[in-house]
Amino acid sequence: MTLLSWSRIVAILKKEFIQMRRDRMTFATMIGIPVMQLIMFGFAVNTDPRHLPTALIDRDHSTFSRSIVKAVENSTFMDIDYRPSHQATAEKLIKEGDVNFIIVIPENFSRDLVRGQRPQILVIADATDPSAASGALNSFDKIVNSGLRRDLSGNLSYLAVGPPLVNVVLQRRYNPAGITQYNIVPGLLGIILAMTMSMMTAVAITRENERGTMENLLAMPVRPLEMMIGKIMPYVLIGYAQVFVVLLAAKFVFNIPLIGSLLLLIAVSTLYIIVNLMFGFLFSTVARTQMQALQLTFFLLMPQILLSGFMFPFLGMPKWAQYIGDALPATYYMRLVRGIVLKGATAVELMSNIWPLVLMMIIIGALAIFRYRQTLD
Amino acid sequence: MMAAEMVIDVRGLTKIFDGRKVVDNFDLRVPKGSVYGFLGPNGSGKTTTIRMVCGLLIPDSGSGSCLGWDVLTQSENIKKKVGYMTQKFSLWEDLTIRENLNFVARVYDVPDLEHRVAETLEHLGLSARAHQLAGSLSGGWKQQLALAACMIHDPELLLLDEPTSGVDPKARREFWDNIHELADRGVTILVSTHYMDEAIQCDYIAYIAYGHKLIDAPYAEIISQVGLYTWRVEGAGLSQIARKLKENPQVEQVTRFGTALHVSGQDEAALQAAIAPWRDNPELHWYQQESGLEEAFIHLMNTTEDNFQ
Repeated sequence: MTLLSWSRIVAILKKEFIQMRRDRMTFATMIGIPVMQLIMFGFAVNTDPRHLPTALIDRDHSTFSRSIVKAVENSTFMDIDYRPSHQATAEKLIKEGDVNFIIVIPENFSRDLVRGQRPQILVIADATDPSAASGALNSFDKIVNSGLRRDLSGNLSYLAVGPPLVNVVLQRRYNPAGITQYNIVPGLLGIILAMTMSMMTAVAITRENERGTMENLLAMPVRPLEMMIGKIMPYVLIGYAQVFVVLLAAKFVFNIPLIGSLLLLIAVSTLYIIVNLMFGFLFSTVARTQMQALQLTFFLLMPQILLSGFMFPFLGMPKWAQYIGDALPATYYMRLVRGIVLKGATAVELMSNIWPLVLMMIIIGALAIFRYRQTLD
Repeated sequence: MMAAEMVIDVRGLTKIFDGRKVVDNFDLRVPKGSVYGFLGPNGSGKTTTIRMVCGLLIPDSGSGSCLGWDVLTQSENIKKKVGYMTQKFSLWEDLTIRENLNFVARVYDVPDLEHRVAETLEHLGLSARAHQLAGSLSGGWKQQLALAACMIHDPELLLLDEPTSGVDPKARREFWDNIHELADRGVTILVSTHYMDEAIQCDYIAYIAYGHKLIDAPYAEIISQVGLYTWRVEGAGLSQIARKLKENPQVEQVTRFGTALHVSGQDEAALQAAIAPWRDNPELHWYQQESGLEEAFIHLMNTTEDNFQ
């Protein structure tokens, strides 16, 4: 074919390869992103979470209650991490997201069991994320009954056959109907803000580099802090607009109730917005072009989506993935926004998720200012 | 000559990029109210030097003052009193002309901002187009806008980095008229260019190549300091003569100027000997004349090239 010149194709091809090699950041992205995805999807993400932390209130203290604990732990669905003596302590644990389940074995459990009166066991599940709770809840009945039967021998062996010994009462907290949107929509706010806030700041600053206007700005008597505040303020307002759009949609489109304080929600959102803007500012001190800034934002965004508890239950991930998640602002914001919207948590109850964000704001902000160059060096 | 107040007084400025000395041990003294021309080929270190003076780059060594402030530690004070016009248009193309001026005026805390901006627009002749995006302006207008923007806070020192490149001759002339007006008002101007013909507009000239200052003198003294002799010849068969002369080691430069040829060399007697074979040709007219700036600078380049490259 004479219309296509092989040498022209080769010329373009060679030029592309040279440019690809020069653009280290793109190269790193092309290699790094698949590796990150492999690790996160392959090892960290778990749609059938096991070993979810559980609080047990045992008011019976009997052989039977011990065999129930053993059966539950053997099932690997739940780990009994806490044994509070009061209901209030357990309630606090579930509200603050430290446990996914509370199991209550009532007084006189063994007595009623031996009498064949089918005593109740209460299981309270944090159903904000319906998928996290479902595995354990679906099989809880079977686990408890078969675990008990194994221990029934001698003159109690008559109980080992027949109808279920225990009546499991399930209580799905915070999201009784198990609606996925209850979990996703508030969480989505965290992802939307993480994506747009850091990206827009990073791009807004690298754009000055790319267009050559940075030289002009640097020649002017503008201090780094003035620059930072002036650059991020407009995006804080945009962040607020995003918060309100999502909240309005949550209320009127998805009918998600806002149980907690709107003011608290706005306050923690402001904090989260600023943390993300600081990240954007930090990226802009590393990236030379807008393209690189975008790639850096993407690097941060991926783990924030996958490891923050947004898409998959945080407590269901392996420990190392949880440690990575602990370093991500979205992880804390997920708990904050879900805690406020669905659980009606207060600032005091959420303090353990607020201070890490404050700390991040200070560290990332200081790092960004430190890295920000006032010269063209 | 009266001991003038020095607006820029720096010594031993050195800047190294990737192990290469882009500016090497550079001294610069610019008297108040003067127009100081920075000449030199592309990549000679003009921009780097200007950037070091206004605090955009930190020198690897050297010290000095600008407007009485230390260039190493007090660049924030310097920036407030300096107007810097970058080589490349660096105002915001997606802002209008007025928005750009407003922004710059605000950053410098210009008093009576609105009035000042209106005045600037009037002076520029851009009042009617103030709402137009800066990016839509032609090269000459962009340059004038940039100059107006870097002067909006009445700086005491203007640093202009190749302000006339890509600007048509008429706009260039207007630009230089502007510069002299400012200098008359006591503003000091350091301007870089690679146009030789613009050198005549300057009170002082520093010629830079390979990061070194080859000469630094008042305009009128440049030629005598260089010590170059030039003959001009007009007539027929110049191309052939030029070819022959270029082979002669005593002749440093042979340059065509329209219908004439300029022949230059450092040794007066040797130069006369070199042109002797054609001196008596009746079809040729020989005159000795003062060397031009261009010849002087090329001479400087040729004699220093080997040392620094």
